[in-house]
Parts: sequence; structure tokens; C-alpha cells
Amino acid sequence: MKILAVCGNGLGTSFMLSLNVNKALKELNIDGDCKNMDLASAKTEQADYYIGSPEIMDQLNDGNKKTIRVVNMVNLNEIKDALKAHILEG
Amino acid sequence: MFLSRLTKELVQFEEKIDSWEKAIERASNPLIENGSIDESYVKAMIENVKNFGPYIVLMPKVAMPHARPEDGVKKTGISLLVVKEKVLFEIDKSANLFLVLAAEDATNHLTLLQEISDFLSKEENIEALLSATNYEEFLQNHRGN
Repeated sequence: MKILAVCGNGLGTSFMLSLNVNKALKELNIDGDCKNMDLASAKTEQADYYIGSPEIMDQLNDGNKKTIRVVNMVNLNEIKDALKAHILEG
Repeated sequence: MFLSRLTKELVQFEEKIDSWEKAIERASNPLIENGSIDESYVKAMIENVKNFGPYIVLMPKVAMPHARPEDGVKKTGISLLVVKEKVLFEIDKSANLFLVLAAEDATNHLTLLQEISDFLSKEENIEALLSATNYEEFLQNHRGN
């Protein structure tokens, strides 16, 4: 499963988020990999799920993308809950 | 260890700052002074928020302003501004901590980001910063935890 962590320029915020998403995937035993990308590139990049802050997800969502909104990028529990809700129960 | 990177001259404490733009400018000063970034990097960080919204607010109370290496980074560095009164962004978000990130290249700052993430994920670290008015107090609070 391919997950993209997205932020404005694809460096700081999304990189940090991708580290924590990969940790969460491992702990949840979900077979997947999270990479980070900037918003402009992510619009045309295929992925199973896109994850990021609410305002970035709103700008990314064209109605065909599965987006996951995260408010606290360093809180592993919030990220795990969000992944569980969208991937395992979604 | 993250704390050893965050030395006294890189951390500033303020009661109140009028706008998020000023907070980013103020937070960047130590990195300009020590030659890590150019003025252009500060402008780029502010432009990023104007273009994409306040996505640099990583978590409640904490913003991590940053831009691209080519926007004016000379060497990798971080600096921190602690503002007692929360600074508002446009869309329903605010921050008390402004942690400026300047990375020399896009892939090599993994360790630094991991350290920042570990530091911020502990609520007691945030509290130690917010309840301090200077660097020594912060260290004292931090040791007390």
C-alpha cells in the first residue's frame, strides 16, 4: 500500500509526518510505505491514501483521492487512530 | 540529542508578538546572525504560509516554519522562539512555539527531524518551554521533569 504524506513544499512537515506514519504502519502491522511529497506534485501522483494537515488535504482533494487528516503530526496515537479508521475500518 | 543542538543563543523568549509574520522573522534572527540562512529564506517561509495555509503548525501550540534549501540555506540549523501569548494564523490556528528549520538539502535532515519529532511528542518538553521566561529557566524546568 502506498501512502503519501503531503505538505506545501514536501520537506519539513510531510517528512516528519512520514517518519511517524511509517512507525504507525509498522505497529499496526499494515503492509505499506509512506513517502513525502509537495502539494503540487502530489496532485498528479497516484497513491492509495494521502495524509496531511486538514488545510493541505482540502487543497489536494479532487473528489477521487482518499485523504486522511492529521492535526498533530508528532502524536503517534492520533496517527494510528487515523490510519485505523481509514484503512482497517474504511 | 536535540537539546544539545538548541543552544542558548538560538532560543528566544517573548511575551507577545503582533503577527505570525513577525514571529517567523523574529524566530529566524539567530540563524541569520550565525550565518545559517539569508534574508531570502525568511521571506520564503512567510510566502509558504501565504500560499498553502498554516500547515507549518505541526501540532497544537507548535509551528515549524521552513522553506526549501535553495531558498537561502547556507548551513543546516534550527532556532526557537517561545511566545507566551499565542500568535494567531489566518485559519483557526495558533502557535506559541516557532521552531525554524533550515536544512541544507532535502534528504539529509532525517535525523534532525526525527529528533525534533521525539522532542515535541513529549508534552512535558512543551510545558518546560512555555513556563520559562529565559533559557536557564527552561533547562531547570526540563531537568525537573
